[in-house]
Amino acid sequence: MTGNIAILGYGLSAIGPGVGIGLIFAAYINGVARQPEARGMLQSIAILGFALAEALAIFGLVLAFVFK
Amino acid sequence: MSLNVLGSLAMADGGGFETPTTADFYQPLLFDGPWAITRPAVVLMLSVGLIAWFLIATTKRAAIVPGKGQWVTESAYGFVRNGIARDIIGSKDFLRFVPLLFTMFVLILVNNLFGVIPPIQYPTMSRIGIPIALTLVVYVTYLYIGMKRVGVGAYFKNLVPAGLPAWIVPVIFPLELITFFITRPLTLALRLFGNMFAGHLLLLLFITGGEYMIIHGGIGLKIAGVGSFAMAFVLTIFEILIEFLQAYIFTLLAATYIAGSLVDEH
Repeated sequence: MTGNIAILGYGLSAIGPGVGIGLIFAAYINGVARQPEARGMLQSIAILGFALAEALAIFGLVLAFVFK
Repeated sequence: MSLNVLGSLAMADGGGFETPTTADFYQPLLFDGPWAITRPAVVLMLSVGLIAWFLIATTKRAAIVPGKGQWVTESAYGFVRNGIARDIIGSKDFLRFVPLLFTMFVLILVNNLFGVIPPIQYPTMSRIGIPIALTLVVYVTYLYIGMKRVGVGAYFKNLVPAGLPAWIVPVIFPLELITFFITRPLTLALRLFGNMFAGHLLLLLFITGGEYMIIHGGIGLKIAGVGSFAMAFVLTIFEILIEFLQAYIFTLLAATYIAGSLVDEH
């Protein structure tokens, strides 16, 4: 089996953002469950946090292609 | 990228399966080299024409009771104006930025959706140059309004939050400088590019792999090929969700950066 170790690196770099995104949406669901009327406000904050956490995984993906 | 596990599986009866690579995204239609007219360029021009036609056609004779087209335009506009611009930038001076944000949102959304609409099927944003161009507009905008509001020197001074102990300022200042001038534009462009690129590559892999396995494989691989097509179907629906989400996130972050330049403390 041949392949590229950079892909493994991407897999590793996706762990952190995966956990982070999970935590963000867990907090969002908690917030909405406790206070359904705050949904609109929480949604944009949750998506913002999701986007920032996801950036790390995207870096990993791009670097996996750059250093091949 | 060489996913040779799949390649060797599919190579059961000679030939060979060519896994999709980054090279599949470069598709010049006319000419070659740096001035080639590529497929994303054509798709981008098509999308601009389509958006212009649709927006003009649905708002030219705007009725009090909107028709279907007018309803689509109005809800998209209302979403960007109220849901993004007013909520993030604040009701004082958000109206100046609504045209920019609305243009960004519609352009990115339509171009992303072109990634799954059958005759076109090319997400324009999977070529890095196009997200970079969009990001440059946002980058220049938020730096310009920030520096115009307080002046260039004060802008750099304001990068460090007030009230920090003096010894920590030399540590914080480079960090903030990197955030504002490198990380923000880089992540803004790479996020859009990476999502569209990875999503399209995934679809490409499942569809070409499924096709190869069904046509060239034995009976076991034929069943796997059907599974691969089913996976492609599910992922297409997931892609549509991601495409909406990325257009929203790009606009939301652009609005956040602009809002950050408009208030006193960053």
